[in-house]
Amino acid sequence: MSSVGEGLVERGLDFIRKLDEYAGLKRRLVLVKHEVTTNPAYGKVPSERTLNEKLRLGIINLDKPPGPTSHEVVAWIKKMLGLTKAGHGGTLVPR
Amino acid sequence: MSGVLPVALESASKIIGYLMLSTKEYVAVMQLHGHVSEERLKKIIKSFVGRIYQKPPVRSSVKRALRIKEIYNIEILEIQYPFVLMRIECEHGTYVRKLIHDIGDILGVGAHMRELRRTRTGPFKEDETLVTMHELSEATYMWKQMNDDKPLSDIILPVEFGVSHLPKVIIMDGAVSAITHGADLAVPGIAMLHEGIRPGDAVGIFTLKGELVATGIARMSTEQIIQSTKGIAVKTKRVIMNKDTYPRLWGRRKSQ
Repeated sequence: MSSVGEGLVERGLDFIRKLDEYAGLKRRLVLVKHEVTTNPAYGKVPSERTLNEKLRLGIINLDKPPGPTSHEVVAWIKKMLGLTKAGHGGTLVPR
Repeated sequence: MSGVLPVALESASKIIGYLMLSTKEYVAVMQLHGHVSEERLKKIIKSFVGRIYQKPPVRSSVKRALRIKEIYNIEILEIQYPFVLMRIECEHGTYVRKLIHDIGDILGVGAHMRELRRTRTGPFKEDETLVTMHELSEATYMWKQMNDDKPLSDIILPVEFGVSHLPKVIIMDGAVSAITHGADLAVPGIAMLHEGIRPGDAVGIFTLKGELVATGIARMSTEQIIQSTKGIAVKTKRVIMNKDTYPRLWGRRKSQ
């Protein structure tokens, strides 16, 4: 086992376990390779992304207020955060 | 209608289809137009759990053809005549207003939906990650006017949460670049994966650091992948990661 990036794999796998827990996904991870490492020079654990990185690769768990359409709410968020693109998961009719 | 509406930003928008097609949960208030016994009410509501036929309402965004939708569960939370508060867990695209109208028809007295709130969209629920427009606008103010980006940074979840309900395939660093260029995932690139994956399942392809590279459709089961040394394991569907995140190690002659 290589020492560089070993702790990084642990942190990466911890993050993946956190995702599974968030979604209530109860599945075991099965190891295929005996030796796994990842190079710290490329990419990063998603929880360590900067705000600018999150604005490009992020998602907001929004509590939509009654009244405006889902479309209007997304348009406000786009304008507020200065984004070119945003999308929502499943239309909620206004009322 | 209010409630859980995940909003994906910029490149994260590519995963929105996986949320649209995900299970939804609602809390709704049904108003009965006449009296029915509690026993009958419970029995009829229970009969709507399972596969039901549903015709989309007049004012709807889809073709008004009879569709089959699955209702996974209906739980009566409270009865205060003429109101019935219930939690409904259903397949995407189910019209709750219509479901309640149909329950009223079968009860014989008629009913309509008084209030509706979505409490779950796929992996997103009413938990500590849920934020109001007010909280979002306050955090944006802190960022833009006060130069404090922590509140907004805390609110925005990594895109990975949006596909957290999918089974995952974790790949070696060396396989990442090819996937971001659209290649399918071959068995040798896989480091680990979830048990129980079957051919045809939608899966998330992740790096060992936990980053989402792409989504795909499994071509092999977990067992087949473990037992194979080659072949296409996952057909790449949507690439999320930027192409230049990991170095390109393929398609070039080996240099010394």
